[in-house]
Amino acid sequence: MAAIAPPAAGTAPGTPAVRPRRRRRPRTARSPWLHVAMIPVTLLWLSPILFVAFVAVRSYDDIAGRGLGALPASFSLDGFTTALTDGGVLRSLGNSLVVTAWAVLLSLALSAIAAYALSRFAIPGRRTILLTMLAGNLLPPQILLVPVASITEALGIADTLTALVIVQVGFGIGFYTFVLHGFMRALPAEVFEAARLDGAGPGGIFWRIVLPLSRPPLAALAALATTWIFNDLIWAMTVLRTEAKFPVTAALLNLQGGYASAWNVVAAGSLVAAIPTAVVFFMFQKQFVSGLLVGASK
Amino acid sequence: MSAQTPMAVAERRHGARRGETRRRSGLLRIPLLVWAFLLLPLLVELFWVFWPAANSFSLSLTRWDGIGLAEPVGAQNFRDLATDPIFRTALWNNVVWMIGFGGLSVVGGLVLAVTLNKPGPLVGLYRSAIYLPMVVSLAVSGLFWRVMYAPDGPVNATLGLLGLESLQRQWLADPAVALWAVLIAAVWRQVGYIMVLYLAGLKGTDPTLEEAAAVDGASAWQRFWRIVMPQLRGVNTVVFAVTVIDSLRTFDIVWAMTRGGPYNETQLLSTYMFQQAFTTGNLGYASAIAVVIFALAIGFIITYLARQARTED
Repeated sequence: MAAIAPPAAGTAPGTPAVRPRRRRRPRTARSPWLHVAMIPVTLLWLSPILFVAFVAVRSYDDIAGRGLGALPASFSLDGFTTALTDGGVLRSLGNSLVVTAWAVLLSLALSAIAAYALSRFAIPGRRTILLTMLAGNLLPPQILLVPVASITEALGIADTLTALVIVQVGFGIGFYTFVLHGFMRALPAEVFEAARLDGAGPGGIFWRIVLPLSRPPLAALAALATTWIFNDLIWAMTVLRTEAKFPVTAALLNLQGGYASAWNVVAAGSLVAAIPTAVVFFMFQKQFVSGLLVGASK
Repeated sequence: MSAQTPMAVAERRHGARRGETRRRSGLLRIPLLVWAFLLLPLLVELFWVFWPAANSFSLSLTRWDGIGLAEPVGAQNFRDLATDPIFRTALWNNVVWMIGFGGLSVVGGLVLAVTLNKPGPLVGLYRSAIYLPMVVSLAVSGLFWRVMYAPDGPVNATLGLLGLESLQRQWLADPAVALWAVLIAAVWRQVGYIMVLYLAGLKGTDPTLEEAAAVDGASAWQRFWRIVMPQLRGVNTVVFAVTVIDSLRTFDIVWAMTRGGPYNETQLLSTYMFQQAFTTGNLGYASAIAVVIFALAIGFIITYLARQARTED
């Protein structure tokens, strides 16, 4: 069943509702074995995050004296202050936020107009165009790195955040367009007919009807794109040279070189870097999960 | 300019299809604005994705340091690759990575999805814990696991507590285990994604089939392989393609944890390519490695596309 394809497609008017679950078999008392197995697995899964948190709040002397693997015997926020100020994590977080905000906004805007054109108009070869665009997003980035680096240099935008934003947009568009297309073409034709009779042009229909109706897939893609772009490392390392412009992922790897023995600084920096995407995740968990399911239909 | 070109294209098309009046009027009805809507994003992608990709192919036939002119050398880069021991290690590591990373995350994700399929107390919490690592970037995951694997870190400390001192080692500096140590970190992050895909797939299966089989006396194991798995065929294809494409793309976590070391033992094609391009400055040679990565990925990309094309119908 295809309820997965465009995220939250079930909410779109006109798409068939999810098949109601058949009557459930009456369950006897749930086996405790589930929890016996899952509690240790869950703890094991969270242990890297927990340990890094432990290391981040220990003092340098405590770590040097008792080893990284020991449980905390001290509490100190020195790791955080050093990472944020001297380590440049705060500045790089700012870079990451700027790049992510612009790249998400621009890629979704461009994808939305492309998806609208491809899904609602009889453009010749539109299916081929759509699949070609998707294919571009599936290419291994390695095949693009060297030429992209030289194109940014030729255009005089090498080593700028602008270049990073443009590259992220170009590489992401294909996938977002594909997803939005799947959603937009399922919108009922009557809505468009009615709007046309009211005298709305293609631009007006897009702005006043298609965009508001497409909020669910846009939200899912925004959640997904935010984590992808914020977490990117390879494009940042390809396009940027100056450390002051690095987003937080690249800056952390440098931090790790500069503070090789100060594990509390490295741990604190990594935790801080994980916070923005964790916030997005917890606030938009539903959209995030439905975004992940995109493309996994049937 | 973007307003002129599409019209010209459209006009030429008309000429070719004089007979199809219906179609022609359909085409004419496409407003200019809509052509602009399509062409702006399309040109951005063509210029920043397809044009560079095409350039990589021509660069792979040259020797180029990025400063002077690229010097054409024919297929020499590929001949050099064939005898380059580091390239062979990287290629082999990619195979190990695809099987190890793919196998472990698919098995782990499937088992967890089946275990956590039915709602119940705490199940939501377990699920969240399993896919939480996904929000941590691969680079940061790498740093997390560097802490875990540090010589005096939690992994070795735990082994010591369990009396398994003989297993303690310098996880990321020991050529025998470094690749697997990085691989475990990558699996930690991937399992949640696979689990989400399978959970969705399981939601689409028909529970009455399983109940009927249970009534007929099929064991849980038989029900899973004979009834549930065949219904997951579509998800399996996607998981397979995603896993292969992801393994060929893997870069961040290896770069964050080992940079391909010790002694190039954890080098993957992607890290070796990056090193050749931006550390050593052999841009032609690096492009040849990129072409190899592309050649390995293209089959799976087409599989994935074909599947998406079918669901588009």
